Amino acid sequence: MVELRFRDDAAVDEPGTTLDGFLDQSNATAVRIEAGEDVRRLLPFLDRLRLVEIAFPTYRDGRGYSAARILREAGYTGELRAAGDVLVDQLWFMRRTGFDSFAPEKALDPAAVERALNRYASVYQRAADGRPPVWKLRHG
Amino acid sequence: MYRYDQYDQAIVDARVDEFRDQVARRLSGEFTEDQFKPLRLKNGLYLQLHAYMLRVAIPYGTLDGRQMRMLAHIARKYDRDYGHFTTRQNIQYNWIKLEEAGDILADLASVEMHAIQTSGNCIRNISSDQFAGAAADEVGDPRPWAELLRQWSTFHPEFSYLPRKFKIAVVGSDTDRAAIQLHDIGLQLVEQGGELGFKVFVGGGMGRTPIIGACIKDFLPARHFLSYQEAILRVYNRYGRRDNIYKARIKILVTELGAEEFARQVEAEWREILPLGIDAPVAEIERIEGFFAPPPFETGLADDVDLSDPDFAVWVKQNVHAHKVPGYAIATISLKPVGGIPGDASSAQIERIADLAERYSFDEIRVTHAQNLVLPHVRKADLYALWQGLRDADLANANLDLASDIIACPGLDYCSLANARSIPVAQALAERLAPIERDPGELKIKISGCINACGHHHAGHIGILGVDRKGEENYQLLLGGSGAEDASLAKIIGPGFTQDGVVEAVDKVLGRYRELRTDGERFLDTYRRVGVDPFKAAVYG
Repeated sequence: MVELRFRDDAAVDEPGTTLDGFLDQSNATAVRIEAGEDVRRLLPFLDRLRLVEIAFPTYRDGRGYSAARILREAGYTGELRAAGDVLVDQLWFMRRTGFDSFAPEKALDPAAVERALNRYASVYQRAADGRPPVWKLRHG
Repeated sequence: MYRYDQYDQAIVDARVDEFRDQVARRLSGEFTEDQFKPLRLKNGLYLQLHAYMLRVAIPYGTLDGRQMRMLAHIARKYDRDYGHFTTRQNIQYNWIKLEEAGDILADLASVEMHAIQTSGNCIRNISSDQFAGAAADEVGDPRPWAELLRQWSTFHPEFSYLPRKFKIAVVGSDTDRAAIQLHDIGLQLVEQGGELGFKVFVGGGMGRTPIIGACIKDFLPARHFLSYQEAILRVYNRYGRRDNIYKARIKILVTELGAEEFARQVEAEWREILPLGIDAPVAEIERIEGFFAPPPFETGLADDVDLSDPDFAVWVKQNVHAHKVPGYAIATISLKPVGGIPGDASSAQIERIADLAERYSFDEIRVTHAQNLVLPHVRKADLYALWQGLRDADLANANLDLASDIIACPGLDYCSLANARSIPVAQALAERLAPIERDPGELKIKISGCINACGHHHAGHIGILGVDRKGEENYQLLLGGSGAEDASLAKIIGPGFTQDGVVEAVDKVLGRYRELRTDGERFLDTYRRVGVDPFKAAVYG
């Protein structure tokens, strides 16, 4: 269940189909990517996609961060949801790589979420969140 | 020396707050140890056999007197009055109380230091050449690039949950003093047609599957430094194995794909991300380079050193290297007293080195991957006074790169992963070999207390690996490794030994070497020329 959402548009109701299912089906608008599946296969269909849900089977499995960034770098602007073993300590990195909704298996403490997302005022790298890296702040 | 600006300081300070909060939640019982573990491991805090161990980052092994004094202060106030310098150019404290971990990080932050990413499956402390900025043979100073990597890799949002840990080393000369071919990524600064760039090695490493890295790019233009690293890490993050912890390092991916195919995938990924503005601008490189400008060297200094004190003369011959500026020298402080613990230094010794660095080395200190320290810029005229200052603190061991200059991991005396003790083996070997060590000359002995190879036994001219054999400590002997530019992997020569037995075996190997060597041959040269058989025969009869 979606617990955190950083978007103003209406949530997508339809459940995400599997990647193979999505590629076989011309009208689906939501897809679920399992860890290890290649999100680049979605790139020809970004226009009709409204939701990509990326599975985190365990928080230690970081493949989803690359998947998210690849989609955002390719221009995907729909909802990008992290689902599964999503813990408060990973939220900041997930936001930075382009996730804008979260369906954690275990409920998150809202105060801890607030702290985690506002802890760091600046960042060292360009990612998918539009934040300028520190070198940009230093040199304009 | 790099100095933090307000951005760097704010990031490190925020990390201290975050970790204090995590420790408080553990102490209050809100976190179980299982929940706390991944969090503390992101910050170099391990639970070892007897206590918490804290690993503090010393980025590219460079620090100043103020930072050294803080390391001494931490050893005195929070630990048992000593610290342990590691093969990754870091320092570890072995007897840390969880309640005090936040205070230690705050103390470190006050001198622009931290323990960020000194453990966990992320990009670890960047290592480099301990002679950077001083070596006569360097194309360029690797430290600005290492600092750029430090910043880029700190809290990298995409690469903080990699399949496994990830180690990067950067050097600036053909002589490899940082074992770059045994790193996940090894980078060598090179020049091509007047342009600076990097030779890129990938997939080296030790551990249970030792592999020498493959060169996947002969010349990476320096302006694309970060984007190319990003491409390598992305390919690894997506395709590195996650089904088996022992096959999760990038070296396995590179081996399974083949270096050529891996390089092709990196190039393809690189083309995708090159337009995204990931590379830092020239202005940022220049800003960082400004911090590493040469210190105000004097000109016209004499190159003569008065060697009339014979003990001093021995130390100069063994521990002093040529500097790129006339009248200066590079002095290595050996942390390998015979009978001591390799890499350990007391608070008083750490403070003494801080004093001497301030007085004689433009306030600069380096840590080496062989667990020694370096004063990189010493006037030759000051070498004698420096040596006297070291001698008074039991720091004038004249054994650099000799048999008693042994790399050893903490082993079963401290480490929860170890199968056997390393320290007593190092001590026994040093005591046995020190009286005869000047004759063979350069001899690199490296000891690990388990297959994880923190003591670099694969890269030892003579390597020793401690294993558990039916509940008994047993030591395997390996010969022929090198972590230098002529990198090679040592091979096990036969059945293992007891602790006493392995000392005897090394003695026999060296005896055979003395019979076989030609003039000027090091042990490694002789081994490479004659092969393992004569040594096997000497050891096993």
